[in-house]
Amino acid sequence: MRRIGDAPLIRRLLIGAALVLSALFLLLPLVAIFAQAFSQGVMVFWSNVSNTFTLHAIGLTLMIALLTIPVCLVFGVALAWLVTRFSFPGRRILQTLIDIPFAVSPVVAGLIYLLLYGRNGWIGTWLDGHDIQLMFSWPGILMVTIFVTCPFVARELIPLMQAQGSREEEAAVTLGATGWTTFRRVTLPNIRWALLYGVILTNARAVGEFGAVSVVSGAIRGKTNTLPLHLEQLYQDYNAVGAFACAALLAFIALLTLAAKAGLEWRAARREAFA
Amino acid sequence: MSIHLHNIAKHFGTTQALEPINLDIHAGELVGLLGPSGSGKTTLLRIIAGLENADRTAQPSKILFGDRDVTNVHVRDRRIGFVFQHYALFRHMSVYDNVAFGLTVLSRKRRPNSGEIRARVFRLLEMVKLEHLANRYPAQLSGGQQQRVSLARALAVEPEVLLLDEPFGALDAKVRQELRRWLRHLHDEFNFTSVFVTHDQEEALELSDRVVVMSNGRIEQIDTPDELYREPKNRFVFEFLGDVNHLEGKVTNGVLTCGDAYWHVDLPDGHEELLLRPHEVRLTEQPTSESHLPVTITAISPVGAEVRVELEADWLAQPWLATVRHTDFEHLALRRGQRLFAHPRHWRRFPKAESKATEQSRVA
Repeated sequence: MRRIGDAPLIRRLLIGAALVLSALFLLLPLVAIFAQAFSQGVMVFWSNVSNTFTLHAIGLTLMIALLTIPVCLVFGVALAWLVTRFSFPGRRILQTLIDIPFAVSPVVAGLIYLLLYGRNGWIGTWLDGHDIQLMFSWPGILMVTIFVTCPFVARELIPLMQAQGSREEEAAVTLGATGWTTFRRVTLPNIRWALLYGVILTNARAVGEFGAVSVVSGAIRGKTNTLPLHLEQLYQDYNAVGAFACAALLAFIALLTLAAKAGLEWRAARREAFA
Repeated sequence: MSIHLHNIAKHFGTTQALEPINLDIHAGELVGLLGPSGSGKTTLLRIIAGLENADRTAQPSKILFGDRDVTNVHVRDRRIGFVFQHYALFRHMSVYDNVAFGLTVLSRKRRPNSGEIRARVFRLLEMVKLEHLANRYPAQLSGGQQQRVSLARALAVEPEVLLLDEPFGALDAKVRQELRRWLRHLHDEFNFTSVFVTHDQEEALELSDRVVVMSNGRIEQIDTPDELYREPKNRFVFEFLGDVNHLEGKVTNGVLTCGDAYWHVDLPDGHEELLLRPHEVRLTEQPTSESHLPVTITAISPVGAEVRVELEADWLAQPWLATVRHTDFEHLALRRGQRLFAHPRHWRRFPKAESKATEQSRVA
């Protein structure tokens, strides 16, 4: 008996096509980024990276990511808990609402924030009266970054928590555990891998977000420029090596993230084999 | 610790899971809640535990454990042991940590020191004969072992009331039998009050001091297994407690006829439906003067001490089941396709209007 696609020729063709496409679309661009970044030597790369504006962009990007993660973490866990452990009117709608940031184009998200919180916006006018400026400064960047990244953790947790059910938590409560103890000792250990995975995705997106941030940041060099925005500016200024140096940095962060994710998956697989 | 339930009702959305129920469970009793799925038995158990709240109605509901009113007491303070159908063990904790959980979450004032916890956990594990598996994880245990761990975990906090939700439902027949006997033994030794839910009538009858039969959110009957089997209050209870054969026909002048079958009965004229258990059907080679119920054997299966025989006839809407002893089976030389005569030894009827049963035995 032969299964479909079992003929050696077809098999080789399919595997070959997959490899060629992966190389063309995934691997080659990555290699090209590093090749371009180092095309004029390590020193030029280094001078581009250690440039004040670039350093500021790196700092701002990391700060935004570091602030975004805890917010999304708490929001995601709370939302997943609410949706999977309680039944209330509007639960379904809430589950759909979570996906809005995924469905909406980031640029649109940025524009909406500008419309609401900008100087002439609905809420912005009031804020302006109280001397609070959100748009074209880092709080605005943080707000839109949180908006585009907030579904990741919840999306990872909801299916898992649905599958696990609430029996273990009920068991903990019948044994006298308080709500916080139950969460810390029963819920959290059961969801920790999914949680970490959600954080990694959140981080990747927070670091790399361009569209929404470009609308609300104003891209002021040394002030509100994140790494992706800085990269784009350098490129527009015909500083190809500088742009690619930034790109290499971003790619490096992405590779680190991927390595962390692979490591987690490997550990989870090992745990499963052991258990 | 006795349990007293007063006016407990429950709705889920618009469906009524429980009609207002009153129930008294004596201290030290082992009570089975028996009913088909959707009868409200698990809901009732969860309300006793406090995992579910009874409806707030005009007439206040009440749950008492002994003299303690626990109606508004949170689950964690009710001091119950709850055993879940699918064990609900903490999957990321070892067997030891699972059993110790209830002790480690006690407030610092009441928590025993770690040496004491260790001693107590091992005493419990010894009791469930699992002390050699203390370091294993739940996924590495068989179903029966997991259920024993879950019992040990529930007993660690020394509850006065033990509640079990279909505790043996997911286990195979042999393990189930063993665990039942073991639970009975445990119950008698530790003298707590236990309530368990089951849909298996055999389990309920074997294990319980008293059985609460439920259907559609109502309690149909509360009695000892013996009374329940001998004196079912209504048709539902009778049908739920075992296999039932139906005989429907018209009675005229003391003779019930149904197609070409007839049978002398002591009943007034009218349409009648009589019910009989498989062991109440006798098989003979010849009709008697009292009855003429020709049947054909369609299947024979020896099960344990008896042989189950399936009977069909064109005057029967549904096949009958008869159980015969092995000696009779050999004596009659029963085989498939054989034509015989059925002869009821005993029957019951549950008139639709009244719930009181009529029964009659005859020696034939």
